[in-house]
Amino acid sequence: MRSDRGSWGRVISGGLIFGAAAVFVSLVGMVEALGVRVIVIGVIDFGRLLLLLIGLGAGYQAARRGGGGVVIALLRGLLAGAATGAGLAALLVLGSEVNLRGMFINASPALFEIISFGRGAAGVPLVVAAGAVVGVLGAAATLLPGTVRGPLGAGVTATIVIGLFQELLQIILQGEEGVRAAIRQLIFVPEGLPPRGALEVFVVVLVASALWRSRRPVVRGWISKRPPRTQRLLRLLGLLLAVAVVLVLPAAGGLFVSQVLVLVGLYTLMGLGLNLEVGFAGLLDLGFVAFFAIGAYTVGLLTSTGQYGVAHWSFWAAVPVALVVSLIAGFLFGLPILRIRGDYLAIATLGFGEIIRLLALSDALRPWFGGSQGILAVPKPNIGGFEFSGPMQIFYITLVSSAFIAFVAARLRDSRLGRAWMAMREDEDVAEAMGINLINVKLLAYGIGGAFAGMGGAIFAALLGSIFPHSFNLLISINVLALIIVGGMGSLPGVVVGSLFLVGLPELLREFSDFRFLVYGAALIIMMQVKPAGLWPAAAVRRELLKEEPVGAVTEGPVAERAEA
Amino acid sequence: MALLELENVHVYYGNIHALKGISIQVEEGEVVAMLGANGAGKTTTLRTISGLLRPREGRVHLRGESIDTMPPHVIVHKGVGHAPEGRRIFARLTVEENLMMGAYARADPHGIKEDLDRVFALFPRLKERISQVAGTLSGGEQQMLAIGRALMARPRILLLDEPSMGLAPVLVEQIFETLKTINTQGTTILLVEQNAYMALTIAARGYVLQTGEIALSGKAAELQANEEVRRAYLGG
Ligand SMILES: Nc1ncnc2c1ncn2[C@@H]1O[C@H](COP(=O)(O)OP(=O)(O)OP(=O)(O)O)[C@@H](O)[C@H]1O
Ligand SMILES: [Mg+2]
Repeated sequence: MRSDRGSWGRVISGGLIFGAAAVFVSLVGMVEALGVRVIVIGVIDFGRLLLLLIGLGAGYQAARRGGGGVVIALLRGLLAGAATGAGLAALLVLGSEVNLRGMFINASPALFEIISFGRGAAGVPLVVAAGAVVGVLGAAATLLPGTVRGPLGAGVTATIVIGLFQELLQIILQGEEGVRAAIRQLIFVPEGLPPRGALEVFVVVLVASALWRSRRPVVRGWISKRPPRTQRLLRLLGLLLAVAVVLVLPAAGGLFVSQVLVLVGLYTLMGLGLNLEVGFAGLLDLGFVAFFAIGAYTVGLLTSTGQYGVAHWSFWAAVPVALVVSLIAGFLFGLPILRIRGDYLAIATLGFGEIIRLLALSDALRPWFGGSQGILAVPKPNIGGFEFSGPMQIFYITLVSSAFIAFVAARLRDSRLGRAWMAMREDEDVAEAMGINLINVKLLAYGIGGAFAGMGGAIFAALLGSIFPHSFNLLISINVLALIIVGGMGSLPGVVVGSLFLVGLPELLREFSDFRFLVYGAALIIMMQVKPAGLWPAAAVRRELLKEEPVGAVTEGPVAERAEA
Repeated sequence: MALLELENVHVYYGNIHALKGISIQVEEGEVVAMLGANGAGKTTTLRTISGLLRPREGRVHLRGESIDTMPPHVIVHKGVGHAPEGRRIFARLTVEENLMMGAYARADPHGIKEDLDRVFALFPRLKERISQVAGTLSGGEQQMLAIGRALMARPRILLLDEPSMGLAPVLVEQIFETLKTINTQGTTILLVEQNAYMALTIAARGYVLQTGEIALSGKAAELQANEEVRRAYLGG
């Protein structure tokens, strides 16, 4: 009984932590700012959804911990949810008694309106009750069998996504007649997603997901019984379909979507490079933006028709040079830090990134690099008269180069050099004793990783048509590092997934931009807790983290050390 | 000509004079033991031979060729295999990947396959666990893997740093049996051990290291009979 009481205490304190999170996102202004984006008209907006998700999380978390039957689990969820609600209720009471705005400028009447369901301090019981209900729902989610939870989750997620991006989707589905217009009119009204549309989306996705779940083994079975040639053909077909979808994205999505996609592509290129250094070779690098800058400046200087242009080359002639220059920069970058390890490496590389930016910015070098005014009049790439004039066209350059570089990275990973990187990542000393030439292998990692980022920089220069030193700040290095952690260290698909999530998503949800780094931090912490290997883990990491704890096996030594590290 | 010869080797860690003029010889085909208390400089000696440390003074010869200025990866190519102290296996890689890493310096797929079979014949336990993640192996299995990985380079001389450390007596005996087999199959062994008793049963000769200097050397039987050695390392 005593231990039971202890566990109820834990449920409540867990709920209060979620409540604190809810108070926090309210006071930093997220709830109100995101509230601008309505998800389902008259039902819910993004800010309220955020609070709702926190409540669901509290219930989910509480129910998942500890045993007990269905009722106990639901009770845990109820209690945790109520505690979360109590947190917000406390804010409400405080806000009605004291003027919080002196300290928290976001503690506006509008915020309290949202939290209290428009009732002010009188809404306190309602808030707690709502928290409890939501907590029970969260707890219920843990109890549902996968066959129900899966489709349900898919339906809810699809509805939220479609609601969030209704504006974008409506643009994509614009037109007066035809299939697109029909779909649009079926789901949306001009102002957004109405409850009826939301319900339609939910039901359709739910049914489709449930059907797919029950039919999947049959389909798989059918495919596996086809002759190998047919199987290959089917796989090819699937691939072609995916490629076709990607190819029409800019045309379908329009200028804004293309812009975002190009940005995702550039970060993917950088991510592939940094992934090679950090994920494959285990060399931390916080100055990675340097290579991006070097690629951009090389193309800028070689192609610009303005004051600082030195050669007036075409983009295509300049790109190989940019690759070579950033490759060499990688070697040079690597030389002084060959013997540095661990935390010191982080500091040293951090310095390098800044050095390149400051050099570009410096007055002494202004006659060559343009100083803070940058390099202007970088022409657009073109092929035989076709000009890659904007994001919608440059998207294709980004796509092709990302695909090519991902291919190169995959081949490198599986090569002898890749094995050497892997050994070095696992244990530098032993790798050396195995006969691996650490110097070569390290320099190659820095060089090739740098060249990948240089490719990104080259495209960046052409995209903007001008280059300014302030574009190459530390935050870019940190973004890239964050995205490969979120995607999964050492994993190639993870890079793409990571940049979609950390670059693409915040860009599409403009309201997020003020809270970008808050979201990054939260995403990283949640990732470490929930999916420490990343969204799309690399094979070796997956093995380590998903392995069962073998009974009685010795887990001392390197494993334990790594776990602490 | 000795296979391996250290000539008056001095090694420093900063100001710490770790090896103070060590001379050692290992003949082709021998098992030579190197004994000594904690901190005597045994690991330092092996790391110097592998090129992981540089002698400030003195020479290291492999078949008459001076290797003390060569980088480690070249020394591996020349036939020196090193199983480092403390079973430094690659914990996140599988048994097979660990072994293949040992063959990194080689480019003869056929020979590598042969040696893989040989390692599995020596350590059948490793074959059973071929795709297990090495970090989840038991301590004894990890030691087997560390030795097997060093063998995968097909070294002329194998440097072993305390293979018995932390193992149960039965397992120690088993490992030393295997070392004997490895030696009869043609690999010279320089064996660093705290377990002097076991080491001297398979070694032909031995050196006793004391605070960076050779205090004693001789035939295994002589060392076993030596009063000082008995007192310090054999518990009697
Ligand atoms: N990296 C280092 N920096 C400074 N001193 C070191 C370093 N490595 C070893 N030493 C010192 O050198 C001396 C010899 O160390 P070494 O590791 O060779 O001993 P050992 O004979 O292998 O001991 P053990 O049996 O405990 O492994 C010790 O005094 C040790 O403290
Ligand atoms: Mg030692």
